[in-house]
Amino acid sequence: MALKMVKGSIDRMFDKNLQDLVRGIRNHKEDEAKYISTCIDEIKQELKQDNIAVKANAVCKLTYLQMLGYDVSWAAFNIIEVMSSSKFTYKRIGYLAASQCFHEGTDVIMLTTNQIRKDLSSPNQYDTGVALTGLSCFVTPDLARDLANDIMTLMSHTKPYIRKKAVLIMYKVFLKYPESLRPAFPRLKEKLEDPDPGVQSAAVNVICELARRNPKNYLSLAPLFFKLMTSSTNNWVLIKIIKLFGALTPLEPRLGKKLIEPLTNLIHSTSAMSLLYECVNTVIAVTKIVLIIVRINILSCTVVKYLGLLAMSKILKTHPKSVQSHKDLILQCLDDKDESIRLRALDLLYGMVSKKNLMEIVKKLMIHVDKAEGTTYRDELLTKIIDICSQSNYQYITNFEWYISILVELTRLEGTRHGHLIASQMLDVAIRVKAIRGFAVAQMAMLLDNAHLLAGNTQRNGICEVLYAAAWICGEFSEHLEDPLQTLEAMLRPKVTTLPGHIQAVYVQNAVKLFAAVLTRRETAGEKQAAQETTEMLIEKLPQFVQSADLEVQERASCILQLVKYIQKLQAKEVSVAEEVTALFAGELNPVAPKAQKKVPVPEGLDLDAWINEPPSESESEDEKPKAIFQEDEPKHSRPRLTELDEQELARRREARKQEQANNPFYIKSSPSPQKSYQDTPGVDHIPVVQIDLTVPLKVPGMPISDQYLKLEEERRLKQKQEKKDKKKKKKKEKHGKSRRHDSAHTESEEDIAPAQRVDIVTEEMPENALPSDEDDKDSNDPYKALDIDLDKPLADSEKLPVRTHRPSRTEGLKSPDVDTTAEEQRPKKSKEKDKKKDKERKVCYFSGHKDHLFNLLQNPSNHQHLNYKVYDIQGNLQDGSQVVVSVIFENNCTDFLKSMEFNVLDSLNTRLVRPSGASVHDGIAVPFQLPPGVSNEARFVFTVQSIVMPQKLKGTLTFIVKTEDGSTHEKLDFKLHFTCTSYLITTPCYSDAFAKLLESEELKVNALKLDSINMPFHHLLAKICFHHHFSVVERIDSCASMYSRSIQGHHVCLLVKSVSMPSCGQ
Amino acid sequence: MRFMLLFSRQGKLRLQKWYTATSEREKKKMVRELMQVVLARKPKMCSFLEWRDLKIVYKRYASLYFCCAVEDQDNELITLEVIHRFVELLDKYFGSVCELDIIFNFEKAYFILDEFLMGGEIQDTSKKSVLKAIEQADLLQEVWEKIENLAKILETLALFIKQ
Repeated sequence: MALKMVKGSIDRMFDKNLQDLVRGIRNHKEDEAKYISTCIDEIKQELKQDNIAVKANAVCKLTYLQMLGYDVSWAAFNIIEVMSSSKFTYKRIGYLAASQCFHEGTDVIMLTTNQIRKDLSSPNQYDTGVALTGLSCFVTPDLARDLANDIMTLMSHTKPYIRKKAVLIMYKVFLKYPESLRPAFPRLKEKLEDPDPGVQSAAVNVICELARRNPKNYLSLAPLFFKLMTSSTNNWVLIKIIKLFGALTPLEPRLGKKLIEPLTNLIHSTSAMSLLYECVNTVIAVTKIVLIIVRINILSCTVVKYLGLLAMSKILKTHPKSVQSHKDLILQCLDDKDESIRLRALDLLYGMVSKKNLMEIVKKLMIHVDKAEGTTYRDELLTKIIDICSQSNYQYITNFEWYISILVELTRLEGTRHGHLIASQMLDVAIRVKAIRGFAVAQMAMLLDNAHLLAGNTQRNGICEVLYAAAWICGEFSEHLEDPLQTLEAMLRPKVTTLPGHIQAVYVQNAVKLFAAVLTRRETAGEKQAAQETTEMLIEKLPQFVQSADLEVQERASCILQLVKYIQKLQAKEVSVAEEVTALFAGELNPVAPKAQKKVPVPEGLDLDAWINEPPSESESEDEKPKAIFQEDEPKHSRPRLTELDEQELARRREARKQEQANNPFYIKSSPSPQKSYQDTPGVDHIPVVQIDLTVPLKVPGMPISDQYLKLEEERRLKQKQEKKDKKKKKKKEKHGKSRRHDSAHTESEEDIAPAQRVDIVTEEMPENALPSDEDDKDSNDPYKALDIDLDKPLADSEKLPVRTHRPSRTEGLKSPDVDTTAEEQRPKKSKEKDKKKDKERKVCYFSGHKDHLFNLLQNPSNHQHLNYKVYDIQGNLQDGSQVVVSVIFENNCTDFLKSMEFNVLDSLNTRLVRPSGASVHDGIAVPFQLPPGVSNEARFVFTVQSIVMPQKLKGTLTFIVKTEDGSTHEKLDFKLHFTCTSYLITTPCYSDAFAKLLESEELKVNALKLDSINMPFHHLLAKICFHHHFSVVERIDSCASMYSRSIQGHHVCLLVKSVSMPSCGQ
Repeated sequence: MRFMLLFSRQGKLRLQKWYTATSEREKKKMVRELMQVVLARKPKMCSFLEWRDLKIVYKRYASLYFCCAVEDQDNELITLEVIHRFVELLDKYFGSVCELDIIFNFEKAYFILDEFLMGGEIQDTSKKSVLKAIEQADLLQEVWEKIENLAKILETLALFIKQ
């Protein structure tokens, strides 16, 4: 027995320690995996032993293996064992292992809570330190909630070593458990002035990180940080503070002016490049002074060059002109060896172009494209060229012929992946710039003729996408082609069948369009023979597509083959067919805005989340479910009619879609255009669009749907022809009036540059009543958003960090309504010594103790014919104890347009309307919107209040202009604003224990009032009090409720409402 | 800071510290990708690059690359200084540090890093106080180890005597 133990301890000495393991791995380079698997087996053995030293050694080795990429999650429990060792040596290793291996998903992490709490309160500061460090790596929301209070205590530890760690870890805790921010913040703020510089810098770090995400809540700390900034000499801290100011300044413009001086001082005095850079960055954000940037650019080392470019791109956003003067420098950077610098420079170029220099810059870029090595950089150049040219709706392009030739040149690039990008640009330009079509078609025909150059090499298949655009443009605008027959032949070469399917499909479709063009020309020239030859040629060539493996190509080709055969038959009978064939492709396409679908307003009464069929009920057993879904149940008879309707609707839509697809070459492209529309009106400049309203055809009785569309189509064609005629006339005119500019924005300096063509940029279509501004939906997953918490509000009693108790105190919760007798006996007694009351009907309210008052605005008495308005809420301003915000809804009741509304009130001594600085007391505030007929909108006005104890009535006037068909008239409307006491209350939740304490404190004055003639259910009454008077219910027992609220100046207001007999009223 | 990596020119990971929760798989993927990107860069190139939505700041010391990932708004130059400060600390602790020191004493390197950075933020800007904290913790550990060894020896002796 004893011998065995000796043997055990000797064995232990032969255990591999970490060094041995590392050495072993290095010596087994060839069979590393095998060696490590034997090591892991050994480690598993070691972990089974009772000796903690052995275990710690094993865990240490595991940590190393984890870094090498081996899975060690199976040892999580052993790691915890080592963590909980009482010896620092092992504890340290355990926590290290935990911090490397644990993450939020580790399930055993729950077991660590108590161990960590024990270590946090350990007398040995290094135990605490190591626990804090470990915790910072694997803190979970649960751990954060359970330990927040312990960590907060540590923030006031005697040892700065612990304080500083505790402060830093709070940031992690806030992220995981945002509720802890408000209770912990006061203490965190104290730490900004901690005597120990380490703690101070930690606190600055944490607050700056918090503030960067939600700056508005930290504005009040600005003076404190300003002091720190001017006094601190620690660069690390300074950088953080300056960054913080960068985030605060946009919210408080006055800060900017104050900052300039200290920042310029720092810029000139500091030798630390990092601090200089931070200052410059902030100065750019704050004051927009650009001079300083020069200092960075002089320095030539790569690191600084990179940052200089980065800073310039920031300046560019605000001061494009000052950067434009550095153009040569930036173009030089394009030659730099470092790719990242080149890319930065490219970014800058994007923002620097103007009408004047676009061609020059692009020319330089094209030279770079030619000599660039490496496809990624070349591709980047290519996309940048296209981005630069196409930005803000081709604003800078004055000559589209030039742009088309640039695009054609780009197709000669070898091995680019961006063929589709070039293709979409070609399509876009050709569709939207009408004047360029002739030129574009000629270029595209050339491309198609030389298609073998592009498509010859399979490696270069990226670029063959261009052929897609070329074929479509040639087909669609075939009237511009000089020799459609030649292009047609080019498109039917046998080589074409090697192209990708979707391109072949376009080829086939557009071959017919070209065919139609050829027929028209032949027939008008009277060359029937030649027309028939073309038909024969087509019949001869098409079968190669019919055999295609691609379904789309096959289908189109066989359809078209049949069509052509039919045409041949007609031609044989000497019938002229050109017109009818052309009619197949009549009509024009408009680009549709990519956001169009999103902007379609959801029709009223349509709930997209609602189930169409009844959802399968949860309780049904598994095997019953399918039946319930697919079988019509007997009792659901009301449903079938609905679904039938839906089916009809669906069928109708399907029909409509088919119609569109037949005529819509865009369809193949699966373009983002979610709403296809027919164009219906003559006129080139603005093309209003008639949406296919599916209800329209149905209104004409007795006609099948397809006929309706046919009719629609015929009308359309008629108009189309007319439009074409118009267009031709216009074109002639255009030749004379070339210098006419289109109405897109020009900057003054560029006005003298006349575009080479008349640029008709067709705007993208949007559905009617497009909803404005759905721009960027903010990411709701942003972890920092949860920390957007107002910190200036005083702490409510409810906001406490959870403190561990032996038993969760549920007793409070049990006292809710059902615990009748006892609770009720206590309640009335207590309540008698308190509060006040309130009347619901007249909305007049007396308050004792702390005042308050109610405010109510009557609807305007003179039933004005034009405008109706009502105040729907008056709310205290949370930031400022002396302000209330009045929200007014204006509604236009008449049929005319209302504009230039001005809102004005006669200030009283106590209550004043907040006007923009510089305005006199008699000036009104302009309402920031206009009202079309029948529309209502809400405006907010801020009032400052001195005393919140008295109710107020303010007289005011609203002036506005009514715009009718025969002119506009000035009108005015008088009104009164009633401020009552409760409008100065802010709804604040309160827990019953805190409420009881408040009542016991005897700080409140008591007042009681009895009201008769209130006829509404008690809970309605409560809801009304809560809604209109900003109270919250603390507790409700039967017909008796205690309520709480707080005024904007922080007074407590308690209210007991009691219904005495059936007709409820206050006690 | 999101994470810090140390790896050799041969692409062997020497140290990794993650300050945001990341799954093992994602970690491995990111490390592999990042090593490729960084190792492919030439010595004259700039120390910063944009990678995914992060900014990477790296610096090479002898055969080791120190590589940090910071967020968009963070200051690259100060990150560079963080790296340098960490190297200085390692240098002071090991006495002209080399790659082998970090390989064989990887846990010590972690302890130093943990004293210097916490949760991705700089914990102490003073070199002295970081080193002091490490030394004292080491001292504590050594004392324990000595007691431990002593106990072990006594235990063994006692067994021998019994026999």
